[in-house]
Amino acid sequence: MTLLSVESVSKSFRGLRAVADASFDVEEGGIVALIGPNGAGKTTIFNVVAGVYAPDSGSIRLGSERVDGLRPHQVCAAGIGRTFQVVKPFAGLTVLDNVIVGALKREPRVEHARRDALGILERIGLAARWDQPAASLTLPDRKRLEVARALATRPRLLLLDEVMAGMRPTECDRMVEVFQALNRDGLTILLIEHVMRAVMALAQRVVVLNHGQIIANGTPAEVVRDPAVLECYLGEEAEV
Amino acid sequence: MNTLRELLASLHGRSRVLLALLLLGLLVVPWFLNAYLLTLAIMILYLAYTGQAWNVMMGFCGQLSLGHALFVGLGAYTAAALLFHFQIQPWAGLWVAIGVCVLAAAIVGALAFRFGISGVYFALLTIAFAEFTRIGFENFQWVGATGGLFLKVGQREHIDLLNLRGPPIMFYYVILALAAFAFVFSGWLLRSRVGYYWQAIRENEDAAQALGINTFLWKMAAITVSAAMTGVAGVFYAFYYNNLFPDQVFHISSSIEIILAPIIGGLGSLFGPIFGAAVITVLGEGITNLVGALGFDIPGVKQVFYGVALMIVILFLPDGIWPPLARRLKLGPRSGR
Repeated sequence: MTLLSVESVSKSFRGLRAVADASFDVEEGGIVALIGPNGAGKTTIFNVVAGVYAPDSGSIRLGSERVDGLRPHQVCAAGIGRTFQVVKPFAGLTVLDNVIVGALKREPRVEHARRDALGILERIGLAARWDQPAASLTLPDRKRLEVARALATRPRLLLLDEVMAGMRPTECDRMVEVFQALNRDGLTILLIEHVMRAVMALAQRVVVLNHGQIIANGTPAEVVRDPAVLECYLGEEAEV
Repeated sequence: MNTLRELLASLHGRSRVLLALLLLGLLVVPWFLNAYLLTLAIMILYLAYTGQAWNVMMGFCGQLSLGHALFVGLGAYTAAALLFHFQIQPWAGLWVAIGVCVLAAAIVGALAFRFGISGVYFALLTIAFAEFTRIGFENFQWVGATGGLFLKVGQREHIDLLNLRGPPIMFYYVILALAAFAFVFSGWLLRSRVGYYWQAIRENEDAAQALGINTFLWKMAAITVSAAMTGVAGVFYAFYYNNLFPDQVFHISSSIEIILAPIIGGLGSLFGPIFGAAVITVLGEGITNLVGALGFDIPGVKQVFYGVALMIVILFLPDGIWPPLARRLKLGPRSGR
């Protein structure tokens, strides 16, 4: 069953077509990666899905519900959680309070939200830092916090925008394991990622974007052999 | 009661004891003060209360208002005019005053937040509203225009709480009750869902929206709650001073006076506005008296002191005086807020 369906979505900024007629689906329970060179329009697609921008044309569905044109908080309520590529922690709050803010979406009572948040921190590997101010976290931990906060809103679909960037390979592998476990529990994931190690380990399907257009859509093995993808993005070394 | 218990539970044992001692001290102390010092104490508590009210909006939710005199003025004029023209008693007029302030706040908020006006531009908008309301009232004959609105001072001997008539000591206890209420209420707000949402909006509005927070709605909540609290201070002001002039209550200097205590005490902290109010009032008056005692006559010395104090705090203690002091003394809430 299709959970997220992006149909012929276009978005321009002052005449620049950031996304042109993009269509792809994310299956319920699946993990799909969105890859492509810088400026290909990946984050724009994310922002359109997350409600930051309304698409100029096309439609987006979550299950049977139209979500294009909704405001970000409504998209979250509909069941889509997101992280930001440039992390946006609530710097003055503690790690736990950051996650409680997200958890309050589904658990309006603070003490329940706190319990939820602690469970998520445990799962994501941030529990030891629960009482530190978010401002004091290292970049990888801030990325984890982004994920924890988004998870706290209990999304059906999680959008991950380059959460593995800047992580060491071991940290990256640990994150991959976390996402695999979440996926086994039924979470559907759409991720933007440059770290191919993570993409190959996680994604069941890969959508490749270049100049705002989808140039390939297939399994990871298919995509890394695709000549068009090799030319514009991966280069020769990926063939190994 | 539950709230109070939660609030107390979140404090260290030592701060709990000190808070109790402070409250006890504040209950007893007016009987030992002369008229001048009592006036000063009322001034401190008044600034602590208005600071707390302003802090809800700026300290908690990050929305900078430089026009809070608007709400003091509207509250004051509403309650005073209702008594003056219709003999409506202050405790009834209070609710009308709150309503007027909430309405005004909703208009300012809807205009600003609907169109994404924030930061400096929002601050300018609040100034603009306060200023044109001042000018409006200066031409508003029904409430005396520039000539002012005067309430009958009446008797000053025995306490008539129902009509807010009585000696200064009665006003002391009224404003003490208000300040204590504002402290507990703010603490409750900060620890409830709305407090989390406000702080999230203050820290990063985009991230707050992505977590499902309707930022427009909660910012509206912040400005209306803050305005309602500030309007109550206006009612107190009207009945304590018994005379209202647009050029005083709505003036920008009165807006500035409201924000000094929380900024100097500690933005977003609970005890900061109270501490800040005490610091600026005592030091401000002290310096004025000192300069007077030395034989100088310098008008505006207090304002200069405010400016210098503000500069020092912003440069060296951007969190205000109280939070670092509380950490040093191992006081304050466990979460470090």
